[in-house]
Amino acid sequence: MNLFRFFSRPQSAPAARERLQVLLAHERASTGDVDLINKLRDEILKAISKHMQVDDEKVTIKMERGAQVSTLAVDIEIPFDAGKKAA
Amino acid sequence: MGKVIVVTSGKGGVGKTTSTAALGAALAQGGDKVVVVDFDVGLRNLDLVMGAERRVVYDLVNVIQGEAKLTQALIRDKRVETLYLLPASQTRDKDNLTPEGVEKVIAALKNAFDWVICDSPAGIERGATLAMRHADVAIVVTNPEVSSVRDSDRIIGLLDSKTLKAENGERMEKHLLLTRYDAARAERGDMLKVDDVLEILSIPLLGIIPESTDVLRASNVGAPVTLADNRCAPALAYFEAVRRLKGENLPVTIPGDKRSFLGKIFGRKAA
Ligand SMILES: Nc1ncnc2c1ncn2[C@@H]1O[C@H](COP(=O)(O)OP(=O)(O)OP(=O)(O)O)[C@@H](O)[C@H]1O
Ligand SMILES: [Mg+2]
Repeated sequence: MNLFRFFSRPQSAPAARERLQVLLAHERASTGDVDLINKLRDEILKAISKHMQVDDEKVTIKMERGAQVSTLAVDIEIPFDAGKKAA
Repeated sequence: MGKVIVVTSGKGGVGKTTSTAALGAALAQGGDKVVVVDFDVGLRNLDLVMGAERRVVYDLVNVIQGEAKLTQALIRDKRVETLYLLPASQTRDKDNLTPEGVEKVIAALKNAFDWVICDSPAGIERGATLAMRHADVAIVVTNPEVSSVRDSDRIIGLLDSKTLKAENGERMEKHLLLTRYDAARAERGDMLKVDDVLEILSIPLLGIIPESTDVLRASNVGAPVTLADNRCAPALAYFEAVRRLKGENLPVTIPGDKRSFLGKIFGRKAA
């Protein structure tokens, strides 16, 4: 083993601790599928489907769960004639 | 049309998830389009090992139940463009995995990826048999230790009887991946020899992955070991395994014949 590489590496355990804290905080807070970010995801999609035929391939959903804040990004392609189709 | 691989073992904790992540990443690092699929419903861990645990939107069960489209459940790796993860459900029961649902998902993935790598749960129950059902190739992960070898033998029996290939009278391609191989213990003669394991299980050897803290470090930071440090010993072993998987005829080196200077001085005292 290359000793220089060995000694110059940062410790990995703090990263593990931090990742677990964030993950477990989210997992404990949610019973089943009903944590807030999942609820928002589902209701946003429901709202969209009221106004247009949702083509799932055109809807991208991204989440990132953080320690202080989480982000939810819903990216929808809305075709010009979307409103008419739903009616 | 992609190839479907199941990473399986029978026994728990032998390195299936670690190997799924490392082999998947290694294939993708070579430019292939890869999806790693977590079949461990209720006890998912592949998301953690891949470092994607905070980005799970939907999972395999959502897709099978029709609650989400496959494309919406796939998570693209942030480091390797052609690497994707399909996470397992953490909260739902594994009875939600229906054979028809799994078949549909696998068929769709096969169309879109070069490699579909299924991380099997331990055991021989529903989750494990569904993970292997549609496989073209099986990687049997084994530790050089009696109970692991015994369970691998059991799994090989299932691969030859309970899979679609077997039911159609075809032969399942099987490879042995020997993991957590400890060179020091091998030298002391306290570990089953590679040749012994090969003789007992009689399937070809895909690779030998050494026991290494590099694996632990990689999972701590949430990266497959081939991405965390592509020059460490386990990463090199996984890269070689991938070359063999792709058909290259590469001799397997047994780790440990080149012991380090410090190892020579201190190694013998360690019990
Ligand atoms: N080559 C290795 N060197 C050191 N530790 C390893 C190695 N391979 C796996 N491990 C460690 O062994 C433990 C079990 O590994 P892993 O989760 O990959 O096994 P598994 O077969 O998927 O387990 P399960 O049956 O519970 O799904 C983990 O802590 C992992 O970091
Ligand atoms: Mg596992």
